[in-house]
Order: sequence, then structure tokens, then C-alpha cells
Amino acid sequence: MPKNALVEPRSIVVIRNVSKSYRRGSQTIPVLENVSFDIAEGKFLALMGPSGSGKSTLLNLLAGIDSVDSGSIAVGGLDITTLSEMDLARWRAVNVGFIFQFYNLIPVLTAFGNVELPLLLTKLSKKQRREHVDLALSMVGLSDRIDHYPNQLSGGQQQRVAIARAVVTDPTILVADEPTGDLDRVSAAEILDLMGRLNKDLGKTIIMVTHDARAAAKAHLIKQLDKGVFIDVHS
Amino acid sequence: MYILKLIFKNAFRHKLRTWLTILGITIAILAFGLLRTVISAWYAGVEASSASRLVTRNSISIIFTLPLSYKERIRQIDGVKIVSWGNWFGGIYIDEKNFFANFAVDPKTYFELYPELIISPDQKAAFIRDRKGFVAGRKLAERFGWKLGDSVTLRGTIFAGQWDFVMRGIYRGRDKTVDETTFFFQWDYLNEKMKKSSPARADQIGFYMIGVTKPEIAADVAVNIDKTFKNSVAETLTETEKAFQLGWIAMSQAIVTAIQLVSFVVIIIIMAVMANTMAMTARERIGEYSIFKTLGFGGRYIAALIFGESLIISMIGCAFGIAFTFPAAKSFGNALSNFFPTFNVATETIYMDIAAALLVGTVAGIFPTLRSIRIRIADGLRRIG
Ligand SMILES: Nc1ncnc2c1ncn2[C@@H]1O[C@H](COP(=O)(O)OP(=O)(O)O)[C@@H](O)[C@H]1O
Ligand SMILES: [Mg+2]
Repeated sequence: MPKNALVEPRSIVVIRNVSKSYRRGSQTIPVLENVSFDIAEGKFLALMGPSGSGKSTLLNLLAGIDSVDSGSIAVGGLDITTLSEMDLARWRAVNVGFIFQFYNLIPVLTAFGNVELPLLLTKLSKKQRREHVDLALSMVGLSDRIDHYPNQLSGGQQQRVAIARAVVTDPTILVADEPTGDLDRVSAAEILDLMGRLNKDLGKTIIMVTHDARAAAKAHLIKQLDKGVFIDVHS
Repeated sequence: MYILKLIFKNAFRHKLRTWLTILGITIAILAFGLLRTVISAWYAGVEASSASRLVTRNSISIIFTLPLSYKERIRQIDGVKIVSWGNWFGGIYIDEKNFFANFAVDPKTYFELYPELIISPDQKAAFIRDRKGFVAGRKLAERFGWKLGDSVTLRGTIFAGQWDFVMRGIYRGRDKTVDETTFFFQWDYLNEKMKKSSPARADQIGFYMIGVTKPEIAADVAVNIDKTFKNSVAETLTETEKAFQLGWIAMSQAIVTAIQLVSFVVIIIIMAVMANTMAMTARERIGEYSIFKTLGFGGRYIAALIFGESLIISMIGCAFGIAFTFPAAKSFGNALSNFFPTFNVATETIYMDIAAALLVGTVAGIFPTLRSIRIRIADGLRRIG
């Protein structure tokens, strides 16, 4: 469902005055300070910045796997900072697809099993699940690797399985933390192409943390984070 | 189904570690089962004893005797049906390590009072006819290969001298709890020899065994017997057979308690080993559990994964342990048949094995589960890579 270019895209993610700090012993380390920004639906956003600048922290917050100290984060109109841990888990299962630097597949499950995992939390029948998994794996070009275990796949292939797992539930947003950080150049390019297609062909909103300029070049817009504050750059 | 498959796969990811843990649990359950069986064997005499039988002994101590003359006076007490009597003989067959219990009893009344000892009427008659006759339990006769008509000599300890006997019968137990390793001979034979060699010890009885008309009055009859002999030369102490047996056990209570303690210590040790294995496993999987949580799986799912794995390992160990307990108890029982006439694995012991394994599996799962559920997802994910 590509977006009609004439319609002004609405903001799918609205971040307002978010602050986050970590405590290390008696010390408090501020990571994000009063961060506010919007992400329009269907955008492919790259979050860049030096190591330790708070990119992963911000991504985790808007994906609902970490909690803010103050401020609000609305995704699809729902303020997720008010949700209980259990509601947040249910919300993630439906709304967020995750792609990590180290793929984070379950080693004892095959490609099929890994992609099927998030569907176990839905009401789909076994047969429906199989159809969804087959479709997702064919989309990432791994139909012939269905019964392979993660350790029987290359890094690039594992990341493609992870992408299939991220999109199989058709989530509202896709978040990716350094998805090419552990890959060689060829595999990295393949992964970025795949993500570009997911964004263009399926209209998926993608928020990707990276410090690879080539990766960022795939995105519609780049946000530079430095010491917890944004420096805007346009691509 | 899906989660069960996952739990199984997880359990056998570190094959060596898992099999070593299973081996540990197998040995622990086996040891636990055998120790519990030793304890029940200890109590087997109590279980087998009848509530309608009393034992009367000298109130000072079991090693003091009672006059034979008490027999008639006991018989006249209300509620008394049968009076039998006997002495612990303590004879040795060839060598001390051949230990078995041997008693001088009154053959006519004894078998009447103990219907659980089954002997054919012919053999019983032959035993009663022969002053030097003896009857042995089936297991005892098998142990030494004694046949009817065989001569057996015991060396007296309490009653000095060589004592010759002729085998006149074999008794067997009515069920598995009945001891089949005892040697009975005629009390009259003992008494006649005593009359000749040391007359002061003649007509002296170790204990009277009394059958009452019905179990409900046993306690009252016991009181009446002791009242009858109050202030006489030898005062009596009368107990139900059960209490009498428990008295024997009380003497060895320290050992029973020690065995009981050891059996629980074994379980506690294996619990620690298992808890360590699960803690190690869960620490390695913290990242994976965080992935499950990231995808929206709740704490209950993580708990099911960890407890499931822990219980699968402990129950496999338990199954092996129980399977080995039966043959082990059998050879154990054969080797120790002198001490434990009956050595059978009780159904309750199996239930206790299962309960212990469930406890071990559950306890081992608690802390890893709490830890895995409590850790923040972002921190858990950081452990990957
Ligand atoms: N759980 C944590 N506890 C303490 N400090 C943390 C934790 N997570 C992140 N930090 C700190 O917060 C800062 C930002 O981390 P992060 O968001 O991972 O940066 P980036 O992804 O941009 O490299 C770093 O200084 C990091 O050490
Ligand atoms: Mg990071």
C-alpha cells in the first residue's frame, strides 16, 4: 500500500521532551535531554551520531523496550509511556518489528521457527501461520532455507531471517539498531536494499540507527544525535 | 506443543552438562530411595505386628526374666485368649557373621498366636513331637541349604554349650512384610537342659506373648496384667506388640534419624547442583529470553521455558533413579537379609522420589526465572554479541 504522494503524511511517531538518564552507582549519567521530534508515516529515518550519543537508548524508548524518565512518546496516536509492562509487551507484539545488529535469532529454532515466533502471540491457526511465514521468507529470498538453523546460515542470511521475523506480523513501525554493523559490504548492501524495498513497496515506517554513511544514504532523512541533542542534517 | 519442543531442545543444548546433571539426579534419587527403603524395612516389624497381641516382659529390663508361674495367672485375666512364651536364645551358627534371630518358644501356642507364620500341619506336628526339633523361615533355610531332617548345631552365648537341633519344618510368611529368617525351637528343650546344668535359670521366661480377645481391650488387659504382678518378685511391663517393636526401634532411633537426615541431605545437595546448572543455563540465555520479551512474550512464557527445562531434567533423572532403585534394592536386600528380613521398595517411597524430584526441579527454576523476568530488556539484549 504505497502512500498517495498528494496526501500530507501524518506523524506516526511523536516524541515530546523526552529525557533519560542512567544511574551508575551514585552517579547519574544523562543520556537524552529534552528530545522532541516527529516521524511521518512511511518514512525511512536514519539516526546517526558518535558512539555513546544515545541512539540505541532513543530507539529502545520509542520501540517500548525501555522507559523514559520524563516526556511522552506516542506511536500511532497511543502514548506508550503510560502503558503497564504487560500492556507494553502486547503493544510491541502488534506494533513493532525489531532488527538487531547481531540478528538475535533463537539458535534452537529453524528459520521457519524463528519467523513463526511472533505469530504465536496472535490468534492465527497453524495453517495461517505457515502461510505468513512462507510469504515473509520468500520476501527476503530465503524460501529454500526454511529448515536451516541460524548456525547453518551466513550473517547476511541470518539478518534476512530476522527481517522476515520483524515484518511477519505487519507491524506499525520497524526499528533497526545497526542492522549492517556485523556484516561485510556485499551483505550489508543486500540488507539495505531489502529495507529500502520494505519501505518503498510496503510503506513501512523504518527507524534505523547506524553510523555507516552508506546505510544512511538509503534513508529519506538523517538525524544526527550528539550528546543527547539533535543536529539536523538533510539528505 | 511448540513450547514443549522448544523446552526439550533447550534442555539438550549442552548435552554433556545436561546428562551429567541427569546422572547426578539419578544417583541422588537412587540413594534417597534406598535410604527410605532401609527406614521402612526398619519399621516393617511394627507394621506386621498385631494390635491384638501383647508382650509382657520384666519391668526392669528385657534382659531380666519372669517366672514360668506367671503363665497361669496371666491366663486367668479377663480378655486373655492365648498365652505363649519364649526366650531370646542368641545362639551362633558356626560363625558370628551367620547371624539370624533364634528363639525358644512354646510350639503349640506360638503358631496359634502368629497366624502370619504359615507351616504345614504335618511339619508343625513333627516339630511338636521332637523335643530337639526346630523350624526355620523359608529364606533362612534357603540361605544355608537346610532340608527337613538335617542336623544343625548352635553355639550358645547366653546359654552356654553346643546345642543340637533337627530341622522339622519350614514356615513362610503370609505376605511380603513377614520375616522369613527366624529360627524357632522348643522352649522345653532349653528348660530341661537348664534344669540339669544351672537350675537357678530354669523355669525362667524372657517374655510372654499374649493374644487378647479383641484389639479394643488390649490396653486395659495390659494394665491389668501389670497390676497383677505389682509388688511381686518380678514386676512386669506389658505393651502392645506394636509398642514393643517400637521400643526396639527407639533403641536404634539415632540411626534411623541419621539415615532420615542423610536421605534429605542427599536431596538438598542435588538441589544445589541442579540450581547451579539452571543458574548457569539461564545466565547464558539471558539475551535469548530478552528477545522473547522484546517480541512481546510475557513473564509466564519465560517461566514456562525455565521451569519446563528444569523439570524435564529432574524428572528424567527421577525416572532413571526409580528404575534403578528396584534392582538395587533387590541386591541390597539379599546382601543384608540378616538385618532386614523384608526389604521392599514401598509405593510411598516412589511417591517421595517423585515429590523430591519435582521439588528439586522447581526450586532450581525459581531464581533463574525471577532474574530473567526482572532484568530490563535493554540490559538483557546488551548481553548478546
Ligand atoms: N543500562 C545502562 N546503564 C548505564 N549506562 C548505560 C546503559 N545503557 C546505556 N548507557 C550509557 O548511555 C550512553 C548512551 O548509550 P547508547 O544509547 O547505547 O549509545 P549509542 O547507541 O549511541 O552508542 C552511553 O554512555 C552508555 O554507556
Ligand atoms: Mg548503540
